[in-house]
Amino acid sequence: MSSPSIVINSPAAPPVIIEVKNVTRVFWDAREKSEKSVSALENVDLSVRKGEFVSLIGPSGCGKTTLLRLIAGLDAPQSGELLVEGEPVTGTSHERGYVFQQANLFPWETVEENIAFGLKARGVYEEYRGDVAEYIAMAGLKGFERSYPHQISGGMAQRASLARALINRPKALLLDEPMGALDSFTRMDLQEKLLELWQKFSATIILVTHDIDEAVYLSDRIVIMTPRPGRISEIIDADYPRPRSRSSARFVELRNKVLEKFHLAGAEAPVEYAI
Amino acid sequence: MRHETGGDVRGKKGFSPWPPLAILAFAFALGGNILIPPVRAINETPYRTLVGFIALYMAGRYGLSFFRPGVKAAVEFKARFFAAVGIALLAWDMLSTKAGIFPLPFFPGPVQIVEVARADWRELLRSTLYSLRLFAYGFASGTVLGVVTGILIGWSRQWNYWLFPVLKVCGIVPAVAWIPFGMAVFPSSFITGVFMIAICSWFPVALATTNGIASIQISYFEAARTLGADDRFILRHVAIPATAPSIFTGVSAATGLSFCTLIVSEMVGAEAGLGWYINWAKGWSAYSKVYAAIAVMALVFSAVLALLNFVRGKVLAWQSGLTNE
Repeated sequence: MSSPSIVINSPAAPPVIIEVKNVTRVFWDAREKSEKSVSALENVDLSVRKGEFVSLIGPSGCGKTTLLRLIAGLDAPQSGELLVEGEPVTGTSHERGYVFQQANLFPWETVEENIAFGLKARGVYEEYRGDVAEYIAMAGLKGFERSYPHQISGGMAQRASLARALINRPKALLLDEPMGALDSFTRMDLQEKLLELWQKFSATIILVTHDIDEAVYLSDRIVIMTPRPGRISEIIDADYPRPRSRSSARFVELRNKVLEKFHLAGAEAPVEYAI
Repeated sequence: MRHETGGDVRGKKGFSPWPPLAILAFAFALGGNILIPPVRAINETPYRTLVGFIALYMAGRYGLSFFRPGVKAAVEFKARFFAAVGIALLAWDMLSTKAGIFPLPFFPGPVQIVEVARADWRELLRSTLYSLRLFAYGFASGTVLGVVTGILIGWSRQWNYWLFPVLKVCGIVPAVAWIPFGMAVFPSSFITGVFMIAICSWFPVALATTNGIASIQISYFEAARTLGADDRFILRHVAIPATAPSIFTGVSAATGLSFCTLIVSEMVGAEAGLGWYINWAKGWSAYSKVYAAIAVMALVFSAVLALLNFVRGKVLAWQSGLTNE
């Protein structure tokens, strides 16, 4: 397969922060009825530069979430290597923030307590306690500090979840379809919020999504994955200027390019884009 | 389900005949008692005072219900039940104290029971306090032990291996079976009682806690880990709060069992407490006292349950709106 992970060490380019080298992850308790084992990922290579916004896109079963969980340290590969700033990933770290598809806030804690969770867990709450109000405001949750998660809307919960991860000032933010469960208006809202935060923190973001528009609108690079076995089939540069417009010629062109890659790769595009 | 409890009565506008009928029923119970003389002479004043007080209280609430819609709904909802209670009291009084149809000493009338409760109030109060003390020690230690056991089993593979079989086998043995053991080993009947109540509340709490920890969504643990929490922090801030609803389910089950064990243990070898009181009264064939003690139990245990429910509501405040309660 083509080697999308080649790193050109030009002085202008920011350093590579995340390296995935020849990673394979097999699940034996397969959900596929016909197979005994499923290669969720097979020989996957990927490099992400500091400050980059990368999207992983592909149909379900292509291993995009598996790859994200491996980078997070929530799961371990059978073979291959995962490096963050040159150090092997041995487990989870607050330096790799993770946002789940469901907001996954702790229902027994208020919005404020949820957002402060990371600070308390790391024992730095006293030092950074002033941050909590700031992150609440940033997430647009002022006035809801004392609400419980079930009392706020899905979009608000997902913003709280983002703030909860960001308050740890992670080096990388790993987003597992955080907008998948939201309606399209809330989703666009959150996309803007995400861009704003990404620029403000100059964060490195890896976003798992099955929404081509979302990937084209947000990312610097779009990693296209195909299932059975999960592989990276193509990486598309989406380096057109920001702020972007969803109706610009470049946007439509990139969108078509991504769609085309799905067909070339022989895989089905996500259902909503199948022609 | 809560929305069904109101039925056709609650929230209805206009006049409901039941509240005045309920007051009337209690007035009849009082009037019948005053008009008809008892078979054998007895001080009827305490019973009359009690019934009169209840009738007055109901009349007061009824008066208030014209001004407060909330009170009106509650009064109207309960009125049919209280009307039945008033009639039942009247019938019971007539068949026992007034006509002597119910055989004595086993079936005394309400007059006898209220009079005995008044005359013997010191002993009843002392017994109640003894029972409450025994309950508090046994139930508190059993619950704490149960939560700790449940967390150990749910949290650690080693503890699970060694302790879970012990819990499963020993826990289902009714606590009162340990009475001979307790009496042989412990220096006093009080400590034996504490021990028995502790083990009978330990089992349901431990089991519910274990199950509660086992059924926590993995994603909560994952979220906590990616936020930088270590195992200890996760235990304290994820596992325990997430298990709290289950713990309280176990505590509810333990409460009923503990009441039972409390009374049985006091009936065997204790020198005080409501269980002892019943046993002692039975020895004298003083069945009025037995019933008086049972009535006190009903009131006190209801109060304990209400208190536990209150605590539960406070601790699980975050659940309100999430569950069907």
